[in-house]
Amino acid sequence: MSLVSDSVFEAHLASFVGMPEWLIEMKREAWTRYKALPMPVRKSEAWRFATTDNLVLDGFSHEPLTEMPEQCERPLVNCGGCLDFADDVYVGGKALDETLSAKGVIFMPLDRALREHSELVRAHLFERMPDLGSEKFQALHVALFSTGVFLYVPRGVHVELPLAGMHEALRDGDSVFPHTLVVADEGASVTMFDVYRSRDDAAKNFVCAAADVYAMPGANVRYRMVQAWSQTSLAFHLNSTTADKGSAVDSITINLGGAHIRGEQHGRIVGRGGDVRMHSLSLAGGDQEIDQRTLQTHGAEDGHSDLLYKNVLMGKAHTIFSGMIHVDADAQRTDAYQTNRNLLLSPDAEADSLPGLEILANDVKCSHGTSTGQLDETQLFYLLARGIPRRKAQELMVFGFFEEVLARFGNEDLAGYVRGLLTGSFSL
Amino acid sequence: MSASEIIQQETPDISAERDVGNFSYKTEYDFNAGKGLTEATIDYICDAKKEPDWIREFRKKALKIYNDKPMPGSWASPDLANIDMDRISFYMAKGRQTRSWDEVPQDIKDTFERLGVPEKERAFLAGVEAQFDSESSYSNMKEELTKQGVIFVTSSEGLMKYPEIFRKWFGKVIPIGDNKYSALNSAVFSGGSFIYIPKGVKLKQPLQAYFRINAEEMGQFERTLIIADEGSEMMYMEGCTAPQYETSALHSAVVELVALKGAKIQYVTVQNWSNNVFNLVTKRGIAMEDAEVRWIDCNIGSRLTMKYPAVVLRGERARGEVLSIALANDGQHQDTGSKMIHAADHTTSNIISKSISIGTGRSTYRGMVQIPRHLKHCKNNTECDALLINTNSRTDTYPAIVVRGEGNSVQHEASVSKVSEEQIFYMRQRGIPENEAMSLAVNGFVNDLMREFPMEYSVELRRLIDLEMEGSVG
Repeated sequence: MSLVSDSVFEAHLASFVGMPEWLIEMKREAWTRYKALPMPVRKSEAWRFATTDNLVLDGFSHEPLTEMPEQCERPLVNCGGCLDFADDVYVGGKALDETLSAKGVIFMPLDRALREHSELVRAHLFERMPDLGSEKFQALHVALFSTGVFLYVPRGVHVELPLAGMHEALRDGDSVFPHTLVVADEGASVTMFDVYRSRDDAAKNFVCAAADVYAMPGANVRYRMVQAWSQTSLAFHLNSTTADKGSAVDSITINLGGAHIRGEQHGRIVGRGGDVRMHSLSLAGGDQEIDQRTLQTHGAEDGHSDLLYKNVLMGKAHTIFSGMIHVDADAQRTDAYQTNRNLLLSPDAEADSLPGLEILANDVKCSHGTSTGQLDETQLFYLLARGIPRRKAQELMVFGFFEEVLARFGNEDLAGYVRGLLTGSFSL
Repeated sequence: MSASEIIQQETPDISAERDVGNFSYKTEYDFNAGKGLTEATIDYICDAKKEPDWIREFRKKALKIYNDKPMPGSWASPDLANIDMDRISFYMAKGRQTRSWDEVPQDIKDTFERLGVPEKERAFLAGVEAQFDSESSYSNMKEELTKQGVIFVTSSEGLMKYPEIFRKWFGKVIPIGDNKYSALNSAVFSGGSFIYIPKGVKLKQPLQAYFRINAEEMGQFERTLIIADEGSEMMYMEGCTAPQYETSALHSAVVELVALKGAKIQYVTVQNWSNNVFNLVTKRGIAMEDAEVRWIDCNIGSRLTMKYPAVVLRGERARGEVLSIALANDGQHQDTGSKMIHAADHTTSNIISKSISIGTGRSTYRGMVQIPRHLKHCKNNTECDALLINTNSRTDTYPAIVVRGEGNSVQHEASVSKVSEEQIFYMRQRGIPENEAMSLAVNGFVNDLMREFPMEYSVELRRLIDLEMEGSVG
């Protein structure tokens, strides 16, 4: 059955039992919007340099699982709780620490949260989406998502250990729509870690994922995601972070898999003194296309934002970084920075960079920088002169390039886990 | 009053300060193609200029492309829609141009005298070409240059007298259909310069052109082609002014530069159109092996400027450079930038852009740096800095960078800031009044670029910047 037919949508609604009426209404409206919106074209600025003719969903299916799959291996031993999903079905996990549940922390599959905490979820679900060119796929995500992670941290509660979500696609041809919603109430703090992957590396999957983070005044949220979809998959990761007064949201995205990845990340500062940080590290090889679009919106005074996107390109890989800093006219005393670094390890790779600034206020400090180049010959020479073989020396230097982002994890377990994944995917 | 209070102040209308070049002459035109643009306009221009058939065909083809091409997309300023092509005069000219200053009609002479153009040129410059509305009205070049084989004539004269050099490059660097306004220029171009510098000739003094729009609702479409043959060097300077009219005028030029092996071309522009001129200009140079093309561009006037000087680095070790200063005051939008198209190994390019937005002015940097597959060891450096003076000023930066190939490196940096309060405070403490301190800070901001301009231009620029700054503080 084609993924884009009405019968698929109706079957999805029928399986989505016990859901509140407002959500069904929202999904129907999104499905209509999805069908009405045109497919992206390369000529539009939001898709400049990108491949758009392979955004074909015909070969993918969206069928419910017939039996419960085996549990997958957990990314982290030392986590405060974990939720595991396979093909958009909750399959188990590690329960949240009791002391945290006692304090009112809610960490459960989104479908369960929609039944048990409908109003709490409703307050933020799809309140803000990235809106950076994939509006059609945002609508598809709203229409077809079934579950994902819901995390709510009440006022003033600090969650020490990271909480994890594991999102897997099981079978060849499967399409998945994982959703993560993180809400940190006033003064709360938490770290959320999502891992996305295909269980079968030979499978071809379609992914339309979204993760939205809301930091209420004074909250502090660290959001990290790793995607390791199969090398033939098409994946959308449409994420947003919102920082209210005096809050901080720090996000890190690691891209390893996928044939074609479209990543959107919109960081919004909506309250005075909000702080948004966005980091990304992509390791692209083969024929991979990693297309990332970002926007830092300063909608309030005294905000701070910082972005660092690093790409390592091998083979015939193609990366696109398109980032914008937008400062509203009344967002005075804004500090905003944006950096894109591309390391070309192959003459056939292509790195496109579209950094941008739109500044409507005058009392600001804003800058962006982008550079594209190769490994530094003098640094390489230094290592060679000390008897380190060329290949090893290059590897060391590339890992040095990764470290700048890994160092910002602020958690050695997470950084170590990602370092392991990078070592597995990287070979010169 | 504190620096911040002063910065917050509304910018008063300073259009009175612009009167320096703000005057026009009632003058009789021998030729006038009337308003609006049709095939008949083109026939009129061709007949008036007694042009060969290939040019007539070229123009008509261009008109068709112009009509077929859509307006620039959503990226461009919506203000473009306010150009009323039906009200624009596409060709107005007096009879023949003159070679001696004495033969120039008194009224035109007065105009140039008031602008201080000729005296300066006669003293310093190797050659001068002055364009009044559609055609050049005065052209002169030192005799010794003629003897060396330097050609400096109007583009019309170039295509008639030197077709063997002219046709080879005309419309090749910037094809008709490059963009809607290059097509428009190709259809109705008149005036502009054709310059040929023979092999190995190095001009010690710059050649200069002066453009002036005099008539109301006038469209000026000059076409310039400069060919620097192997190993030659030259510098070209142009200045632009127009009187202030109630209705807007259009300036849409096409400038093509060809630097053959080892040649160097520097092209300097000081654009000070009155702030109701739409300035939509296509400028591109091609640099062959070891050649160098530099665009030095300063935009102070106009209502809307859209100009992105480009260099196609066609030969190995070619070098391209764009140095740009833009100043956007109330109601102005300076949409400038640069394109560097690397097309050979070991080519290097450098872009430095500084913009200042005052009052409701908006300055935009738009860039394109392209290093395609199979190229080795190309380098680009881009720096754009923007300064915002008032709370309602605006700036945007939209670069696009595409890098492939081996051993290529590109770096781009941009920053936006306001004049630091500490700087102003420091100067005020030493007894410098607020507005002078502001002016000094702004001059400091553009100082390193200013040094690249020829002396007489940098003096004029400083004065113009002071003038523009005067209203914005104190």
